[in-house]
Amino acid sequence: MTVADTQPHMQSTGDIRTAWERMVARRRFYTILGLVILIAAFVSSVRFADESNAGHFFDRLPHLFDFLSWLIPKDWNDVWRALFDIASVNDKGGEEFNFDKGRVYISGAFYIPEYFELMIVTINVALISTIVAFVFAVPLSFFAARNLTSSWPLRVFTKRLMEFLRAFPEIVIAGLFSAILSIGPVAAIIAITLHTIGALGKLFYEVAENIDMKPHEGMKAVGANWWERVRFAALPQVLPNFTSYALLRLEINVRASTIIGAVGGGGIGEELKLSISRGFGAKTMALVLLLFVTIVAVDQFSAWLRRRLVGEHAFLLQH
Amino acid sequence: MTVIDANRMNEIEARYPEYFHRSFRQRFGGLMILIATLLYSLYAVWFFDLPKLFAEAHWERVGIYLSQWVSYDVQPEFRIEDDGSIDIRYPRFSPLGDNPHPDWLVNNPDGSITVSISGTSRTVTVSKSQTIVTAHGISVPVDVSSGAPKVVGPVPGWMTVYDDNVLADLGFAGNVSISVDRVKIRKRFIGWANFIFDTQSSFFDKPVGEVVGLIVSGPRIKPDQSNLSLAFDDIWNNSEWQHGDVWTKLFQTIVMAFLGTLLGSLTAFPLAFLAARNITPNRLLNQILKRFFDFLRSVDMLIWALFLTRAFGPGPLAGSGAIFLTETGTLGKLYSEGLENIDNKPREGIKSTGAQPVLVQRYGIMPQIVPVIVSQTLYQWESNVRGATIIGAVGAGGIGLKLWEAMRTNANWENVAYMVILILIVVFLFDAASNALRHRLMGTKTH
Repeated sequence: MTVADTQPHMQSTGDIRTAWERMVARRRFYTILGLVILIAAFVSSVRFADESNAGHFFDRLPHLFDFLSWLIPKDWNDVWRALFDIASVNDKGGEEFNFDKGRVYISGAFYIPEYFELMIVTINVALISTIVAFVFAVPLSFFAARNLTSSWPLRVFTKRLMEFLRAFPEIVIAGLFSAILSIGPVAAIIAITLHTIGALGKLFYEVAENIDMKPHEGMKAVGANWWERVRFAALPQVLPNFTSYALLRLEINVRASTIIGAVGGGGIGEELKLSISRGFGAKTMALVLLLFVTIVAVDQFSAWLRRRLVGEHAFLLQH
Repeated sequence: MTVIDANRMNEIEARYPEYFHRSFRQRFGGLMILIATLLYSLYAVWFFDLPKLFAEAHWERVGIYLSQWVSYDVQPEFRIEDDGSIDIRYPRFSPLGDNPHPDWLVNNPDGSITVSISGTSRTVTVSKSQTIVTAHGISVPVDVSSGAPKVVGPVPGWMTVYDDNVLADLGFAGNVSISVDRVKIRKRFIGWANFIFDTQSSFFDKPVGEVVGLIVSGPRIKPDQSNLSLAFDDIWNNSEWQHGDVWTKLFQTIVMAFLGTLLGSLTAFPLAFLAARNITPNRLLNQILKRFFDFLRSVDMLIWALFLTRAFGPGPLAGSGAIFLTETGTLGKLYSEGLENIDNKPREGIKSTGAQPVLVQRYGIMPQIVPVIVSQTLYQWESNVRGATIIGAVGAGGIGLKLWEAMRTNANWENVAYMVILILIVVFLFDAASNALRHRLMGTKTH
């Protein structure tokens, strides 16, 4: 301050300083205001959630781990028995320890245990819906890409269509189709496929909009038509990224197919929901174990394949 | 057009061997992947037994359900009494209320009743001895004076004759079922019946002007409550549309996503610093935390929701908890990857001034990472609002269960449509808001 007082040319520094201080004060004010709003929203949300819940948070908190004690089996060997459908020594009738019931016999004494069969169903749901969605999302994404499609009504229409497919609640599509096709995994396939078309389509057209346009111009110069340009100039550039996103989506869809299975789509999710609601400890543990191992395996496999395709790449985990 | 001669072709071939002599994998790899995918698809068709399933599917239900999304029907029943008079009955909870006198139903002077199904082109006239169905340009009398209903003259394609009744299908407008002593009519209307006031309400079936008049200056309908608050109560507690419940459940879904994402973000934030290998040099700790994030994510929202509904009982607490656990995993991974991608030079610069470690993080990392963190958190919140409808269906609160119940009954498809529209609006609003916020934070333009 004293320097600024004595030397006239430093006056401007003082101005800068006050301007800077004002700016800091203003930013601080906005930060505090934002925090206050956030805390108020948080507190009222917690109260709202607590009031409309069946059991209240602080009443239930001491019992938080009660359910674990119902779920932890008395005999840990039952987990393995449940997983491989081997008859349990604890079986006294009833469904809790009835492990040899759900076997699927292939030939003679060779069988697939029930839970493995359900897991196969769930993985097939995820795999086929990702494949079908990929087939639909690729052309749609080319129609939506600004640099490849010049007609704006077509572009806007495809983009809105994909947004709609993404936002439409999957559970409604699953419910509608289970009313038409009878309850089963196919309703889940349709629901997941439609959602995946929307989700992949968005990621795909963003990739397609960022391609190098020189090959495209070259093709155009030699008189290639739209299909040829997309096929030989755009597709080779985007295919690694497309495949990589599809693999990422496959991981998400394995989870989605367990979720949607739980609301009547068959597969392992439904069995898990039943098992938890009935308090079958060993069965639940076996199912959770199987799900965990499968999901980690799918994640690792797809991560390995992705690295081979496009190298290390920071991906958003998008729903 | 110029033609390349053989020498030139050979020369080009020799110059670019990598394009003309490719390995087996390069030449046929793509084709083999394609064939494998096709074979797998065939396997899937067999596995899910699609031909049988599609052959047995009730495709006609698609039209019925979809038309129920946007329309409702009224089903009057005409009973022919022994003395020749015709008694009109409406089902309980008819959308017309307790005292229906619809203008599409005309009592003729000769005692018969004419029902207009669709204007004057499709009508049904019920009298003691016969019912005349007029549609598609012709009038078909059905004789009901003897033991079984009998179509007089040729039977048109839109009529089906059964042993004890005749069914006339009049398309979207409705249908008529004629038996000897009764005629059942289903008349379909576009729109949602009783969307504002249900049949129990005092304001039911009154024109807009009258309702406004009553609310503004009318005498009190209930002495202890003003008309405005009564009208609001009637709308909020509409028994068919359950506006109050639907909106509360929708709000629950948003709140669940908000709480889960916020708490997950607050937990993931410090953990991400410990998991990022450039910030915390302890490899073992990095790996443990990263595997922990993987575990939280891969056990999945659904399983957490199922466990937490057992612990807290059904409701949004369980849903928030499930989203919180999953989001800690997702955001932990995203944050730690974001931290690993930052530029290290600002940190080194601040370190070289001899600053405390905490200050190094505060001024060296935070300015770089905060926009990334906020943008990813906003994105996750938005995507959780979208995703939380499903976990609601297993009891974790929110609109999911309501949707699932409405679909389960197979009758309330208009309620499904209502909730779907609300969800879509919310999702699009969130999408727009989070996009706008993110782009402002990242300093880029919205597209």
